[in-house]
Amino acid sequence: MTLTIPSFTLSSIGPWLTLTGTAILILLVDALSPKGRKAYFPQLSLLGLGIALLQTFRLWNHTGTDFARMVYVDNFAFFFYAVFILGTALTVLISRHYLEDYGKNLGEYYALLLFATLGMMLLAAGAHLIMIFLGLEVMSIAVYVLAGLFREDAKSNEAALKYLVLGAFSSAFLLFGIAMLYGATGGSLYLDDMAARLAQAGALTQPLTLLALALFIVGFGFKVASVPFHMWTPDVYEGAPTSITAFMAVGVKAAAFAAFARVLFLAFPALKVDWVMILWVLAVATMTLGNVVAIAQTNIKRMLAYSSIAHAGYLLVALVAANQLGAVSLLYYLLAYTLMNLGAFGVVILVGRKKDSYLSIYDYSGLGFQHPALAAAMALFMFALAGIPPTAGFVGKFYIFSAAVQAGYIWLAIIGVMNSLVSVFYYLRITVLMYMKPPEAELGPVAFTPALTTVLLVTAVGVLLIGIFPGFLYNLAVNSVKIFPSL
Amino acid sequence: MLIDYLPVLIYMLIAVGLVGVIVLLSELLGKKRHTPAKDMPYECGMDPIGDARHRYTVRFYVIAMFFVVFDIEAIFLYPWAVIFKSLGWFGFVEMLVFIGILVVGLVYVWGKGALEWE
Repeated sequence: MTLTIPSFTLSSIGPWLTLTGTAILILLVDALSPKGRKAYFPQLSLLGLGIALLQTFRLWNHTGTDFARMVYVDNFAFFFYAVFILGTALTVLISRHYLEDYGKNLGEYYALLLFATLGMMLLAAGAHLIMIFLGLEVMSIAVYVLAGLFREDAKSNEAALKYLVLGAFSSAFLLFGIAMLYGATGGSLYLDDMAARLAQAGALTQPLTLLALALFIVGFGFKVASVPFHMWTPDVYEGAPTSITAFMAVGVKAAAFAAFARVLFLAFPALKVDWVMILWVLAVATMTLGNVVAIAQTNIKRMLAYSSIAHAGYLLVALVAANQLGAVSLLYYLLAYTLMNLGAFGVVILVGRKKDSYLSIYDYSGLGFQHPALAAAMALFMFALAGIPPTAGFVGKFYIFSAAVQAGYIWLAIIGVMNSLVSVFYYLRITVLMYMKPPEAELGPVAFTPALTTVLLVTAVGVLLIGIFPGFLYNLAVNSVKIFPSL
Repeated sequence: MLIDYLPVLIYMLIAVGLVGVIVLLSELLGKKRHTPAKDMPYECGMDPIGDARHRYTVRFYVIAMFFVVFDIEAIFLYPWAVIFKSLGWFGFVEMLVFIGILVVGLVYVWGKGALEWE
């Protein structure tokens, strides 16, 4: 018996290998260094992420698949690689000081962050549904552990357990959908010829295919926290360490959207009528519930959790539009959201200092007088999240709603804009508290570490830069979504 | 389509029926003489000591977890060993990488002191 080994080039998954290698190196260093001495884990992680970013740049403009059609090598994946690397690097930077406060500056933390990033890349580049499932699990299992990092804290435990149980449940939905699709296509799970196979097998109108589509929407809907699959979000986001909350809100969501978009646009273009209708309803429900419930929150982490649900709703609008501008706006908005949300969480960590003792929104009263720079940064991120020009949030929302109008969903765009108006209330409330209310208590010195200052600078400048000059990023995104022939 | 599986169904019914009849017969015909020794829970011939429901030290769970992790390695090695020759050097290197990562795992748990009982 002879076996043919498929040909492949390792460099096409270079970023994955770098991240895996770095994570393993961190684990080894952690295990072999004497107890109590914490080596340079954040620096090592940043180095690995930097190399992975360079490799991504070198891969840019490659097209096609590799590893026997299992992995996409295209700009859509590379764009998301860059978003994930940026998100993870910023998370690493906001983590160190925060974890040291808790005495948890562990090697595992950074290794798991890198493994989760690897899972996200697998999700964004998976060309076979099993690869996508594998990516989802690699990412999720690492994040389950990270959510429960504070073992002594009951809330952190609750977050991890809730996320694990519900996450496993939603993975089962997705897997069941994959199984249905395997039957419907006549035994193939490659994304590139799935649409053709479904048409050929006459399976497009079969209940089997529709059921698969529905199960996919449930599985991915859970990961992106869309209503009615959002129940876990507030508790998990509140209980998890703040740095991990930030990571989940930007990284996990972006990765799930990457795979979601690829599956919908590549495998189910012929069923567009069906999934657009479902996602329309989900988008409206998600936006409305997220924004309305966020108004009632007094804990800043819970407020940002509901705000992230609302943003999942806006991003679903981009999927509903299902045209080129929609896909472009999805990419643009995910990058903008990464910047503004990580910036906001950086401020939350700075203000919450000493083991998260200041997480109520009223702790922000008078921040503008005591720490003008910090308050200015927070105000900028709040404006960006609310979608006020000249920030990236405004441009992103503008692209999303124009895509919806272009595709003929005028009512959806109107509901979206009205939702943005609702969201202005709770975002601006923070600003009002910071600048127009006397401080409730002396905040005392805030420990500006170089890492956190860097994060605030990078995110603030980034939010303004891509908000004022969106052209460059827009062209990159247009370049990235050329791979979808159905748009 | 489904009719092809009829023999399987018949086989299942016969198997379940036969077992049921045997159990029923022994229940009806067998003599039952209870003694205190016979009514004790069976524990490999030993006299049971204490209740079965008590708490174990958490260390057992760690050991069980390691067992599962490193057991998977052995499961992967079997199919690989069967087609080792036709896979050639490629398969050898692949397996070397796989085992290398597992060794890292072993070094990690060792270095973390998870293998110490104390």
